[in-house]
Amino acid sequence: MKKTVTLAAFMLLLAGSLSVIGCGPKAEQPANENQTAEETQSARDYISIVGSSTVYPFATVVAEQFGKTTDFKTPKIESTGSGGGFKLFSAGVGIEHPDITNASRRIKKSECEMSAENGVTEVVEIKIGYDGIVMANSKKAEPFSLSRKDIFLALAKEVPDPNGAEGALIANPYKTWKDVNPELPDKKIEVLGPPPTSGTRDAFVELGMEAGAKEFAWIKDLKKKDKDRFKQISHTIREDGAYIEAGENDNLIVQKLDANADALGIFGFSFLDQNTDKIQGAFVDGVQPAFSAIGDGSYPLSRPLFFYVKKAHAGTIPGMNEYLEEFTSDKAWGDEGYLTEKGLIPMSKEEREKFAKAAQELTPLSCDEL
Amino acid sequence: MSKSTTGSAARSSASSGRVKTIDIVNKGLKSRYRKEKRFRVYGLLSIIASAVFLAFLLSSIVFNGYSAFLQTYIKLDVPVKTGMINEQNPRRSDFQGIIKAAIRDYFPDVTERKDTRELYSIFSSGAAFQLREKVLKNPPEGDTTISLWVPADDDVDMLMKGHMKRDVPESERRLSDKQLRWIEKLETDKRIEKRFNTTFFTAGDSREPELAGIWGAVKGSFYTMIVTLVLSFPIGIAAAVYLEEFAPKNIATDFIEVNINNLAAVPSIVFGLLGLAVFLNFFGMPRSTPLVGGIVLMLMTLPTIIIASRAALKAVPPSIREAALGVGSSKLQVITGHVLPLALPGMLTGTIIGMAQALGETAPLLMIGMVAFIVDIPGGFTDPAAVMPVQIYLWADSPERAFVERTSAAIMVLLAFLVSMNAVAVIMRKRFERRW
Repeated sequence: MKKTVTLAAFMLLLAGSLSVIGCGPKAEQPANENQTAEETQSARDYISIVGSSTVYPFATVVAEQFGKTTDFKTPKIESTGSGGGFKLFSAGVGIEHPDITNASRRIKKSECEMSAENGVTEVVEIKIGYDGIVMANSKKAEPFSLSRKDIFLALAKEVPDPNGAEGALIANPYKTWKDVNPELPDKKIEVLGPPPTSGTRDAFVELGMEAGAKEFAWIKDLKKKDKDRFKQISHTIREDGAYIEAGENDNLIVQKLDANADALGIFGFSFLDQNTDKIQGAFVDGVQPAFSAIGDGSYPLSRPLFFYVKKAHAGTIPGMNEYLEEFTSDKAWGDEGYLTEKGLIPMSKEEREKFAKAAQELTPLSCDEL
Repeated sequence: MSKSTTGSAARSSASSGRVKTIDIVNKGLKSRYRKEKRFRVYGLLSIIASAVFLAFLLSSIVFNGYSAFLQTYIKLDVPVKTGMINEQNPRRSDFQGIIKAAIRDYFPDVTERKDTRELYSIFSSGAAFQLREKVLKNPPEGDTTISLWVPADDDVDMLMKGHMKRDVPESERRLSDKQLRWIEKLETDKRIEKRFNTTFFTAGDSREPELAGIWGAVKGSFYTMIVTLVLSFPIGIAAAVYLEEFAPKNIATDFIEVNINNLAAVPSIVFGLLGLAVFLNFFGMPRSTPLVGGIVLMLMTLPTIIIASRAALKAVPPSIREAALGVGSSKLQVITGHVLPLALPGMLTGTIIGMAQALGETAPLLMIGMVAFIVDIPGGFTDPAAVMPVQIYLWADSPERAFVERTSAAIMVLLAFLVSMNAVAVIMRKRFERRW
């Protein structure tokens, strides 16, 4: 009897010591973690930003400047894509939800309404500038000069039958640029571009392909009659190898262009800007991608960039107003600001003033405007 | 030797005229030897092929990345006069302005506004932060001149490292002819040189390549791994011991076993989705933190650890168990006193393999917000943090040319981290291992 008691005591001791060994540091840490977790629950001391991967390179520069020149913590920025950003942003008000979302397109009415349903009633819209989408090739070759119609004909999955009646579509027969347009060089169509998940691809399809498709009167008419069919024709990129999905990594596309002088690549203007020694932008509708041409809208493949601010957070998260001030200051987004060095195309002075005012006064957006 | 046996066999078969087993053996012998030789050559070839690939990979990483350990610095004499520093609040002084004045002092002949802008862009924007830090640490009294080695802009750095050519037309490089002339002036004055890049090992992420560092990601990885280890090691081993030693053999345990084996093969992004749904949305844990990242990675490594630990427990000879039971130990005593210490080296190996896998993961972290731009260096488990593979991914995606070499350098740091983790495992195994 006595033996069993000592044995039991020993075992208990053993189990105890084991659990101390096994869980000792763990037992200590969760206590710590809970404490700090509670602290962060009650107040987050940094700004949380999500959204577009196109705006990411600009927002991060501002965030870094802001973090280094003020006493606030540097904002945390996640690159989730515009749609993913809105989804996180509109989930609700409270410190577990992001404060700002970046977007390479305007907020959709449905997204705005969803925010309102979740309690995010006051959203401030700030336009920050423009981004150009370029088609570029290696400097070893002649620069391309394309029209949007050429782009559509070269890259769409189905194109209007050149010999057939109006309304007839055939699988894209064009093998070389010369087939598309006799003025273009006799080179194989080979375009490296982003995959369907990319915002750049969305914008390219919308600004380049869709506009090109509208050059055909009957397709343009289709937009009103049968929107889905119109989208299917104008938004579907060919899958027979002429368009090569090169992944989200734009640097990789640049490297591949350098190695293959016949290929064209599709990416954001900032990558052209950083690699002017290797690649050149193609003329689109006669305009070469350059700061001025994108800024004044004469280059057709350009789109505005935005970010959206949750007004309810402006009072609770420290540094929100100061971050907005930094972003909307002329030294950041002005004609000679540091964002232009990173490839952002600035807005006109009037537009800048308008949105700087909106940032200062936090004028909320109404869903009916969209 | 084989020749002589073949010879004698041939003779004996010729004399007797009957087919003997040895003849059949001898007949096939040559081709069997050939087969074995071929097999060995195949094996050797595959080893050589993998060694070549590995060597190619490593050398390309090292070749691309070694230059990131150096950074171009420019010596700048910064005159600081009274009144330049804000007396009440030195933090609010215009340090950028002071640096710009110092640059203008050094190049007095540059006056055009457009030119001065180009001139400033030779220097990194980090110069002002460096001056700020220095001034805040020991505020200057009266008029002094502070001599600083400030980082050069990433384009200048690329030029100095030879990644940008000087002899091509102006339009084909990112630095203008004027900027090249200024850099040449700095070179003749011996004011520009490449030095060891301490920033890379001490700073967090930055959008300026010359200011970007890996330390924030290293610390993020460290905290995440601690959470993973502290949770997965005890849980994994307890599960393995129970399943191997105590669990009754029935359908339920079979079911659990099959599931654990399957879990080890589940794509890691699935664990990220689980983490998002359970830890972030349901429990409301803070996003982008090592705490959540560690828990998600723990889920991923658990199956690996359990499987390896069970194999280690199985490998303990039954004689040990029986001997211990024979002298009257209880089952718990047998396990804690004899089986577990003997199986521990194998369990440690499994744990380290699981941890090494976790260290290289980005996919599950994407869902819980750890793929993010984070400048501040994390100080704890609930600070937002990135981990090393995430940092590599983010840099590989940045447009600036100078990030290419930094990406490779970050890979080298990650590999060093992995190698040292494996070294710890090997040492521990050697220390605890017991042979019979």
